[in-house]
Amino acid sequence: MAAVQGSMAEAVEIKDIKTEPPVDAVVNNNTNDGSVLSASPGPGGSVGSTKPATGALEEKQTLLAILQFLKKNQLSESVDILRREAGLPQDLFDLKGADASSGSGGTLGTVEGGGLDANSLLSRVTSSSAAQAPVKAPPAEDQPDVSVVLSAYSQQGDPALYEVYYSGLKKFIETVLDCHRAELSQVFYPLFVHMYLELVYNNHENVAKAFFERFSGDQECYYREDLQVLSGLTKKEHMRGNETLLDFRTSKFVLRISRDSYQLLKRHLQERQNNQIWNIIQEHLYIDIFDGMPRSKSQIDAMSGSLAGEGKREANKAKVYYGLLKEPEIELPLDDEDEEAENEEGKPKKKKPKKDSTGSKSKKQDPNAPSQTRIPLPELKDSDKLDKIMYMKEATKRIRLGRDNLPSICFYSFLNAYQGLTAVDFTDDSSLIAGGFADSSVRVWSVTPKKLRKVKSAADLNLIDKESDDVLERIMDEKTASESKLLYGHSGPVYGISFSPDRNYLLSSSEDGTVRLWSLQTFTCLVGYKGHNYPVWDTQFSPHGYYFVSGGHDRVARLWVTDHYQPLRMFAGHLADITCTRFHPNSNYVATGSSDRTIRLWDVLNGNCVRIFTGHKGPIHALSFSPNGKFLASGATDGRVLLWDIGHGLMIGELKGHTDTVYSLKFSRDGEILASGSMDNTVRLWDAMKAFDDLETDDFTATTGHVHLQDNSQELLLGCYTTKSSPVLHLHFTRRNLLLAAGGYNP
Amino acid sequence: MAEERRQKQCSVVLPTESMKAMAESVGVGQLQEESCTALSEEVSYRIKEITQDALKFMHHGKRRKLTTSDIDNALKLKNVEPLYGFQSQEFIPFRFASGGGRELHFYEEKEVDLSDIINTPLPRVPLDVSLKAHWLSIEGIQPSIPENPPPAPKEQQKAESTEPLKVVKPGQEEDGTIQGKGQGAPAADGKGKEKGPIRLKPRSTHELSVEQQLYYKEITEACVGSCEAKRAEALQSIATDPGLYQMLPRFSTFISEGVRVNVVQNNLALLIYLMRMVKALMDNPTLYLEKYLHELIPAVVTCIVSKQLCLRPDVDNHWALRDFAARLMAQSCKTFSTTTNNIQSRITKTFTKSWLDEKTQWTTRYGCIAGLAELGPDVIKTLILPRLAVEGARIKAVMEGQVISNIDKIGADHVQSLLLKHCASVIAKIRPPPDSVEQYRIDYGYLAPMLCSHVMKARTQAAMQAQQVNRTTLTITQPRPTLSVSQSGLSASTGPRTPSIIKVPSSLTLMSPRPGTPSQPSPPATKYIVVGTSAGAASTQQVITINSSQSASTVTSTVPSATSTLQPLVKVEPGSGPTLSGSRPMQKYIVVSLPSSNSSMENKSSVIPTPISTTLEPMGKTDRSESPGASTQSPH
Repeated sequence: MAAVQGSMAEAVEIKDIKTEPPVDAVVNNNTNDGSVLSASPGPGGSVGSTKPATGALEEKQTLLAILQFLKKNQLSESVDILRREAGLPQDLFDLKGADASSGSGGTLGTVEGGGLDANSLLSRVTSSSAAQAPVKAPPAEDQPDVSVVLSAYSQQGDPALYEVYYSGLKKFIETVLDCHRAELSQVFYPLFVHMYLELVYNNHENVAKAFFERFSGDQECYYREDLQVLSGLTKKEHMRGNETLLDFRTSKFVLRISRDSYQLLKRHLQERQNNQIWNIIQEHLYIDIFDGMPRSKSQIDAMSGSLAGEGKREANKAKVYYGLLKEPEIELPLDDEDEEAENEEGKPKKKKPKKDSTGSKSKKQDPNAPSQTRIPLPELKDSDKLDKIMYMKEATKRIRLGRDNLPSICFYSFLNAYQGLTAVDFTDDSSLIAGGFADSSVRVWSVTPKKLRKVKSAADLNLIDKESDDVLERIMDEKTASESKLLYGHSGPVYGISFSPDRNYLLSSSEDGTVRLWSLQTFTCLVGYKGHNYPVWDTQFSPHGYYFVSGGHDRVARLWVTDHYQPLRMFAGHLADITCTRFHPNSNYVATGSSDRTIRLWDVLNGNCVRIFTGHKGPIHALSFSPNGKFLASGATDGRVLLWDIGHGLMIGELKGHTDTVYSLKFSRDGEILASGSMDNTVRLWDAMKAFDDLETDDFTATTGHVHLQDNSQELLLGCYTTKSSPVLHLHFTRRNLLLAAGGYNP
Repeated sequence: MAEERRQKQCSVVLPTESMKAMAESVGVGQLQEESCTALSEEVSYRIKEITQDALKFMHHGKRRKLTTSDIDNALKLKNVEPLYGFQSQEFIPFRFASGGGRELHFYEEKEVDLSDIINTPLPRVPLDVSLKAHWLSIEGIQPSIPENPPPAPKEQQKAESTEPLKVVKPGQEEDGTIQGKGQGAPAADGKGKEKGPIRLKPRSTHELSVEQQLYYKEITEACVGSCEAKRAEALQSIATDPGLYQMLPRFSTFISEGVRVNVVQNNLALLIYLMRMVKALMDNPTLYLEKYLHELIPAVVTCIVSKQLCLRPDVDNHWALRDFAARLMAQSCKTFSTTTNNIQSRITKTFTKSWLDEKTQWTTRYGCIAGLAELGPDVIKTLILPRLAVEGARIKAVMEGQVISNIDKIGADHVQSLLLKHCASVIAKIRPPPDSVEQYRIDYGYLAPMLCSHVMKARTQAAMQAQQVNRTTLTITQPRPTLSVSQSGLSASTGPRTPSIIKVPSSLTLMSPRPGTPSQPSPPATKYIVVGTSAGAASTQQVITINSSQSASTVTSTVPSATSTLQPLVKVEPGSGPTLSGSRPMQKYIVVSLPSSNSSMENKSSVIPTPISTTLEPMGKTDRSESPGASTQSPH
């Protein structure tokens, strides 16, 4: 396969394969990454094949596109050579070619035959094969695509009639039965946008403006930000390079409509011969039809709001192994009875909440958990085992939280940060705290009396007795002991920060496009991971260490391992910046939140997107998995916190109360309390137990995916604590369930 | 579906004039109108685009304000070189200019002399980032420490006292819709009547935590103690700490009791300290003092008009105390007087009445005049000026009379200078310029010559000030000088400069009398400086012990602290009005202390504001009322 790729690159200068990744699939631009993953550490052994079938299909189509191009330019020899090398039979090519050219959506039909280059051809092929191929390339590079993408708008209609069409439809929808009205109203927004863009594209600037002014007020308020972007766009030239526009064009807006409502709409449009609108619906909208009762307005509102409509139902059908991994058995030194007792019930780390339900420690696997070796995990070192023992000890002293037993909150204020504090993280054992700052610096503090010390220099290390018992103490340089250490290396504001579980490393991601790995032994930078060329908004270590994930402005989340400088997986599919990234407690999944107002869950094993959650009305800035791995909480700029059931792929709760962006979310160690911290200077505590319990009593609407959210935020809110003037940027539950919060004091 | 109508946002573009102006600034003279339009549309679009990107950086920077660096970063995203040199932290000071029919906003670029920069001393190094831990909540309850916002914001304190039925607990504030635990969950709107059988006014228990009790003890001891530095710190704590709400009733009682005792003991120093406490309380922006005016105002008034405030009236400067208290009174009139409590008019009436009384002593007379004069030029004009002649005659009688005690003479002298001081500026304003002594003598009698010269001085001063308007405004903006003592206390509290960590507090820290957080700007300390006190160390000591024992008893009791002696005042119902009999012990006491003006004291009872008699339900032990009452009798 590598040979094929090589020759391909020679035959045609493909700019970068990365410009057209298939939706929701790994891009294997790293040809040996399959082996990397299987060769990764630990006894886990190799993992299954990492080349997904879709990838192969994709490549074939790329080849076909190249062949088509060559043929068009009468380069028959090259055609022959390429075909021979790729092993494609003649007939397949013809068949596929025909298939592609008659592909869905009028994309191909409208393309002018003339000056098309390979890239545009490429893009057509892929976009006709994949329903919604987003443009991953950074805006500066995607000019060639734009012309193709936009050309779909070149169909002519009388501009004056657009308003008539739209208001005609509006009138129709307003007169239909109540039960259908809410559903059909969903059509308005995508229709409005596409009609506006068509007008702009065809240089009817004034008509477009009038159209916008007349109807923009009708759109749902949660689309306001997008409309603002749209309103600035009044010229055809502006459309080139505008990301929002490209997102809209390249991804089909997904609507979920009941069959009855859809029939109603279809009949109306056909009766009226309203081809203009019908075309748009056919081309740019994906209507997910379901049988059954039409949804109510509130149901629709709960799920809508994302940049590209709701997630398709099929998108959330894949099985997710949300259970927790079995913890490795740790032989405890039975030197005191205290530890022995813990060993009896020792099911450490995140397993605690399940302890009560399952009773004794079950040797058998949780049915929902992935197999232990699904992804290779690093082997536990002795120090890790010691830490686990510490964890178990602490866990026995854990306070059981609940409605009547609220946690104490200790707030760490960063003084004199001059509004420059951008990211905070605590270690799991709460001994260290790190802050990322807008001035590119990273600081680490010790919050225990134990000071931070560097390892001695190499020359000094030679002098110490390596056989002595306290060699680990001796290698530390007492002279460097201090309460805090300053790490310089980034060249832009630091937006994400994360400690490794073993407290030996620290990750930071920055505006300069790099993720840096710092050693907390030497307090120096070890690696700068380059890959995102644009600001990296967030990064996080896997709960098992070794892996980490990052996501940023380039809309791609990358999975890395610390010992490779190139990513193992690239998760592409978001339509806008990835704003936050979180690992599932079992390290098999990664959740990403984005400015396109969706949350996606990715399978680390094969890179597939297994869940798409829509419902937020603003960019998502906080994500948190419940300790049992079943649920996900998310917070956004709209100040709402949404709760999701991962297994069923459903929204199960909405917590309203914050008045500004929610920047941090955290479940208590037992998952009973959800703490949320926000820009509005408050920490709020929610009764997560109740929120999830209420759900169980409901009849579960898993099949339809239609949720009835009850408005019980006020009942679930257990407490609200206002800081003086510090936005709450980070929350952390200590192992004993004391809540730590952190933020910069902005007087 | 149309949730809200939005205003036009489609057509916001920069005016073409801006394009022209910018073109000119780079040397392009004649720009076609069409080019301008095209340019402005393009530029507007790009600016919007960049701003939208910059917003992303703002969100990720966890800020509410868009900064220039956000714009720079957004430009970098677009592969555009950022704008260098715009590192303004707060705002970019655009200046506006117009001329030639055109209007411009521009950024003023000053010419900078490099040698100036080189020669100026380096600015202070900004403080390093440091970490500080505090308890935001302890098992669900937010402790009231300076690091936390005031547990009960002023609005809530007010709501609590004026609408006691709607009280919500501090932890569950805001719109009161949070239900769940506790009784403080009434439905916010009126229709929630079905919830909870009868909504009773919650009994306000002013329980103090151990820490608060300790704090109270420390603060009160420091306020009346002998160490001036400590006192300054304590007063500043009172003036700035946000969490004093719970202790307010205690402070109020402490002050009123303290004044009561010390007036009798003639302990001038302590009275001054107590007045400074009142001032500090009034300076604290987080306190809703209205509830406690009924205790504070009588205390203040006592310090203004009391016949005797010190042991040796001929030597001690009790006049300063009267002045200070009068200023306090004026300030509270300004802030607290409303149409319902009528503080100002009632105070004015009290002062005038006792001033008009023939038998009033010079000290009381002085206090009344000072109190009136501080209320403003209008009061001086209507109440004092008409009586200048009468008062002049009285002063004359003392000054030129035969048998005079030294005390009377001093009193008359002070009254005279006080009158001159306050009246001159008012007269200067209301009388047309030619100041003839003769004319003055007709109008103002004995004081005329001096008054005349004072008025003339005032006029010249006013003229000078008019010339130097600019300078005066400058001096106004200058920060007020602070007491050096309090400054040293502050610098100690600003904390170390190196990043330091305060460990997770293992136990609750004591509330420190320092300002909340180190980086907080320090408010200027009160400027009032205590002048000579005659109170010997022994006597001060004695009084302190009385106070502290008293405070201890109030602290530990969970009963609202309005002690018995105040009971009659508290009980004054708005309806019953000023027709209160003077038979209660409290009033008797004041009458005794000012024997010369019986009538004025009766008025005083009406002066006492009766704002919220419902909120404070005194359940004090009546037996305690006897002891101060008895002690008041003793000097007579």
